[in-house]
Amino acid sequence: MNSEQLVTDVAAILAGAAPLIIATMGETITERAGVVNLSLDGKMLLGAMTGFVAGLYTQNVLIGFLVAALVGMLVALVLCVLSLSLQQSQLAVGFVLALLCTDLSSFLGHEYVRVPGVAVPNLPVPLLADLPVLGPLLFDHSPLVYASFVLVPLVWWWLSGTRSGLVVRSLGERPEAAHSRGVHVVRWRYGITLIGGALVGLAGAAYSLDLKQGWSHRHTAGLGWIALAIVIFGGWSPWRVALGCYVFGALQIAAIRWQSALGGFPTQVLQVAPFALMIVILVLVNMSSSPAVRRHVDRLPGVLRRPLHALFDRLAVAAPAALGKPFDP
Amino acid sequence: MQGRSGKLWAQWGLVLGLPLLALLGALAFTTLVLLAVGSPPYPPYWLLFAGVLSSPVRLADMLMLAAPLLLCSSGLTLTFAAGLYNLGIEGQVIIGAVFAMVPLRWWPELSPVALWLLTFGMGALGGMSWALLTAWLRVYGRVNEIFAGLGLNFVATGVTLYLVLGPWKREGSASTSGTEPLDQAIRLPTIEGLRLAPLAPLLALVLLVLVWWLLRQTRWGLSLRATGLNAVAAERFAVPSRRRMIEAMAGCGVLAGLAGTIQVLAVFHTLTPSISSGIGLLALLVTLLVQAHPLLILPVVLFFALLSVGSTQLPLQLQIDSSIGGVLQGALVLCMLLLRGLQQRWSQARVWDNE
Repeated sequence: MNSEQLVTDVAAILAGAAPLIIATMGETITERAGVVNLSLDGKMLLGAMTGFVAGLYTQNVLIGFLVAALVGMLVALVLCVLSLSLQQSQLAVGFVLALLCTDLSSFLGHEYVRVPGVAVPNLPVPLLADLPVLGPLLFDHSPLVYASFVLVPLVWWWLSGTRSGLVVRSLGERPEAAHSRGVHVVRWRYGITLIGGALVGLAGAAYSLDLKQGWSHRHTAGLGWIALAIVIFGGWSPWRVALGCYVFGALQIAAIRWQSALGGFPTQVLQVAPFALMIVILVLVNMSSSPAVRRHVDRLPGVLRRPLHALFDRLAVAAPAALGKPFDP
Repeated sequence: MQGRSGKLWAQWGLVLGLPLLALLGALAFTTLVLLAVGSPPYPPYWLLFAGVLSSPVRLADMLMLAAPLLLCSSGLTLTFAAGLYNLGIEGQVIIGAVFAMVPLRWWPELSPVALWLLTFGMGALGGMSWALLTAWLRVYGRVNEIFAGLGLNFVATGVTLYLVLGPWKREGSASTSGTEPLDQAIRLPTIEGLRLAPLAPLLALVLLVLVWWLLRQTRWGLSLRATGLNAVAAERFAVPSRRRMIEAMAGCGVLAGLAGTIQVLAVFHTLTPSISSGIGLLALLVTLLVQAHPLLILPVVLFFALLSVGSTQLPLQLQIDSSIGGVLQGALVLCMLLLRGLQQRWSQARVWDNE
């Protein structure tokens, strides 16, 4: 493989992971606030469909993104009302919403399958785009990709370095403590879940208006589940979650490359392979922190044991303690 | 003073009233969706509710959808009782179907009865092993069963695609439409002129009763439900809660595998990548709707099967997308959750007032 090809591939990975990063950042803040939103897969599809249609009618991508964000918020609001206000299981409500939104997107978007629409233009950064290697890698993308570059450090800084980020983390870890300090837990969780929902809606539109350009039935199906898995197994840390998104992007590019290399191998299998492989990787990383694996490692000689322990300690992350639990003051 | 009979009336009102209200709410929502695409709502509803009842052929199709759906829902009742969200049931159905294909491909010359027994046995084994993989990851790997199951769903789809397009491909051309169709002689026997193989719904019914008996009438069922309510507390009362979780998953896997076998042996008569056609996820909706109550499963499964089979006629007769059936099913479960939440809040408020 020559270096030019490598630069193109890495640039494609960075661009391909952008919508996934937007979605996972939305889910990361939601879960850090103690709310599991299982509806990602359907919400992304609905965002993709509504964003595409709104963009088509107004011939304006910005309005498309705005509508997608509002739709994402609306779905998140349903989850909030049912689970935060009426104390129904977050998992149950989220799962039903995932299926319902998938079918809604198929039904309402039926007329718009493979209709040509509007798309986000590429926006090379002047001067920087002409740099060798770095130019095509980082500075010759659509605005959404730049947004994904900015979003990860932004979320990290907000969660770890600001007062409101601290409140969000306390909602996920010790909501009682936050409550006793005068934080309105349910109202804050509403707010954060709505923002998360808006980001997931935007991510859906990022597929239909930018990366995949267009709409068809079950356009992004599966990606929402992958995003959820990346957040959970990425340990709710923005950096690690972003890394997970890029690994998945790399697997997808690799599948396309192997398609030509493995002549007789069915291409449809390679299209599913990144999804399966991604989960396998995430499961392996996650399993390293389980007591059963620990016991096996403890039996190894010291030379092997110490670095493995150090590695596993770094990989192990505890879930927000109040994740998915109802809060009743 | 309302007394005992007043309370009983209130209970029955809830059992019958809540689902009815939920159905009205779901219909209102679906009507809005239909109006949004400019379709008059009445003709689609006619097809959805009465379309199936209009001909014996479709009634038979409905029963053939209800059979695997009932099997999956019964299985999920076990996992829900154990407090597990078995989203991996799709994969368990798929792998069950793959395993069921093995004896059908290798020993088609066996006597049909022996072959069918072997096929159902293999299907159950396939579903169970796939479920045990999830259970093992959950119990020993601390991997949430939702995501372990989802991951294994993707793997199962990959395996099936590979088999259908690779080693098991049809003579001459590989296509996602499936493997070589089964010989007429080794398909599950059907009633003349219909696609109804009576053995399939019969098997599903028997197993539903078995699940109900296990859950409600045995000590094992009691300890399983205790595990689901509070695994830590159950452990203190000497319930082996990990073991119960694994057993519940294995049981669900067996039933899902049998559902996959029916899909191969009596519905599609071939292995296709979409062999499960989403029945696992639909069964999850059913189980959420009835809160895993074994006796309510049967009517809800029949109703959902009615909607699903009815919706397949929509594109042919009215040129609208069939997914409106799924919209109605999803909205129904969502409305039920909403009403349950409201009712719980209302009864809580009354308790406070009385104090």
